[in-house]
Amino acid sequence: MGYMWICIKAMLEYLNVEVVVPPPSSKKTLLLGVKHAPEFACMPLKLNLGNFMEAAELGADTIVMAGGCGPCRFGYYAQVEHAILRDLDYQYQLVVLEPPQKHIGELLSKIKHITGRQSWRRVINGIRFGYHKAEAVDKLERMAHYCRPRETKAGTTDRALQNALKEIIAVAAPEGLPVALNRAVDIMKAVPLEKNRPVLRIGLVGEIYTLLEPFANQDIERKLGSMGVEVDRSIYLSEWVNEHLFLGLVKNTRNSKLAKQKAVKYLRHFVGGHGLETVGSTVLYAEQGYDGVIQMLPFTCMPEIVAQSILPRISSELGIPVMTLIVDEMSGEAGLVTRLEAFVDLLARRKQTREVLA
Amino acid sequence: MSVTVGIPRALLYYYYYPQWKTFFDHLGVKTLVSRETTRGILEKGIKSIVDEACLPVKLAVGHVLDLYGRVDYIFLPRIVSTARREYICPKFLGFPDMVRNNIDNLPPLIDYDLDLYRKGSSLYNFFYTVGRQFTHNPARILTAYKASMESLHMHCRDMEAGWLPFEPGVNHNHEQRPHDGNIHDVTIAIIGHPYNIYDRYISMNMIKRLQDYGANVVTADHLPEHVFRREAEKLPKQLFWTMNQRMVGAAFYYFDRPEVDGLIHVASFGCGPDSMTGELIERFARKESRKPLLNLTIDEHTGEAGMVTRLEAFMDMVRWRRQLDDVAATYY
Repeated sequence: MGYMWICIKAMLEYLNVEVVVPPPSSKKTLLLGVKHAPEFACMPLKLNLGNFMEAAELGADTIVMAGGCGPCRFGYYAQVEHAILRDLDYQYQLVVLEPPQKHIGELLSKIKHITGRQSWRRVINGIRFGYHKAEAVDKLERMAHYCRPRETKAGTTDRALQNALKEIIAVAAPEGLPVALNRAVDIMKAVPLEKNRPVLRIGLVGEIYTLLEPFANQDIERKLGSMGVEVDRSIYLSEWVNEHLFLGLVKNTRNSKLAKQKAVKYLRHFVGGHGLETVGSTVLYAEQGYDGVIQMLPFTCMPEIVAQSILPRISSELGIPVMTLIVDEMSGEAGLVTRLEAFVDLLARRKQTREVLA
Repeated sequence: MSVTVGIPRALLYYYYYPQWKTFFDHLGVKTLVSRETTRGILEKGIKSIVDEACLPVKLAVGHVLDLYGRVDYIFLPRIVSTARREYICPKFLGFPDMVRNNIDNLPPLIDYDLDLYRKGSSLYNFFYTVGRQFTHNPARILTAYKASMESLHMHCRDMEAGWLPFEPGVNHNHEQRPHDGNIHDVTIAIIGHPYNIYDRYISMNMIKRLQDYGANVVTADHLPEHVFRREAEKLPKQLFWTMNQRMVGAAFYYFDRPEVDGLIHVASFGCGPDSMTGELIERFARKESRKPLLNLTIDEHTGEAGMVTRLEAFMDMVRWRRQLDDVAATYY
């Protein structure tokens, strides 16, 4: 899922677990997944399944997956994927990390199972290391979002981001992280920018996997960036980890509480997944003066469909253009680009007329 | 003058209507159910909601629109959870908001939360808040609540006795459904959400058709709760959707029963939970059972002829396979 592998890998390798990173999601991954997954499952499941199959070819023998307890389908993914893989004769051992049903010991013993004979202290350090890496990656991504529409030479930001990420990936122990982060930030700062260029600002909301995984969203951030749009995502990895896995342990970060409060007027109950956050973030972006909002969801995603049906009302009441993009295995790149260009044109025109009127 | 509360003939109507009706009756509130599904009602729903919503939701919106202008309130409870640590599908959780944000000038919605997810939550709280809207007499609400639970149990017992919801002839004495005189040589289990299989328009009268072909039809709702819950425990992890637990449990149960000759799994296009459980049922069928399984997906475009062909073919196959088994039994 996006750059999540960087932190998970760091965490597990710190704990001396051998990690197999499957190749980045590609058409081939998706094809593998589509072939064996249930037809109406959403795209994340299909991609995931493909990832596991590719990882098996590289010698992985244990799947570690997050779980959940509904009402989004994700909570049952691990079991369904495991059943599919077993029927395909992949010998995988499944470890699902999820809120325990009966006793906290269930979760702890699962962690112990993965980490082997490591002290709890080291496990906790490992988790912290992973989290800090996630924060670092998010910081670089935010800088890239800022730089991309303003770069003087097309493509420099992307190259800088890749180099900066390499610095972060290479760090093997927590002590080295701050130095590496400084180096990475310097790389990003070196991108030549035209600071006064007028840019549009678009907020990206929607389902977490499609937002974070560039293959799933067809690199929408880069595409928008090159059209002169500064992008903000409603979800960043470290924020998500902090909120859902650490239950808000790390303070003073942006969290979804505000978004949830804003959503109440339109959606009065949580609907699983990120439905409520999608609604709330759209309201927030409107209030912060963004020029537009794009919602992304995989086809048949239940929580986002609820949100999708509510967004038009927000759009008309708060006067912010909203576009919904649905992705699945049939999504074509040209179709997406056309729609993005049209949307961006519309926003630019709207902004111009407003400035003239004002 | 008494007020009228409208109840859409959709979604969980098929389970809870008797309960809701009794409750409102005892409070002296008139109820009005939307008309039976027609093409027109479905069209209205499709026009008013996003394309991605699933068929049952579109249909439910159509039924809400059908009540439009004829009632003072619309009863649209937000059914979050009907059992501890379980949910209903996310779309049910957001359904009142989907309706509110897509249809203007609606009569007031009664959309209190029905949420039994947490330990210690009680159904009475929900009915109490609903009742407060119409009366200030707590004793009256309590009596109405008790009577409503009674009729819910009655409804469940009727179904367990082999009746279909709201079938003419139900006599509430919980005896097994009498034989209707026609010859039924095979038994088919239909596994699907109540709002898909019992709605005659949506399911294209599937149950009646199968009965006409000489099949005994059983559904997941004919099983008492403890049976399907026990069966569903065969899964590696407990499902967190109540209705799908019922479906999976019933499917496993019927696969094991010698008198059931075949199963039909009915899902609506794009149904999230069904995509998972359908897969699990299918894999179970392949591995553990020799019984034929037909997977039917319905949506707003389903052509009747296609459905009839598939049902006929399925029936032929079921009979053929049974004959084969009989022959095999004679020789070995």
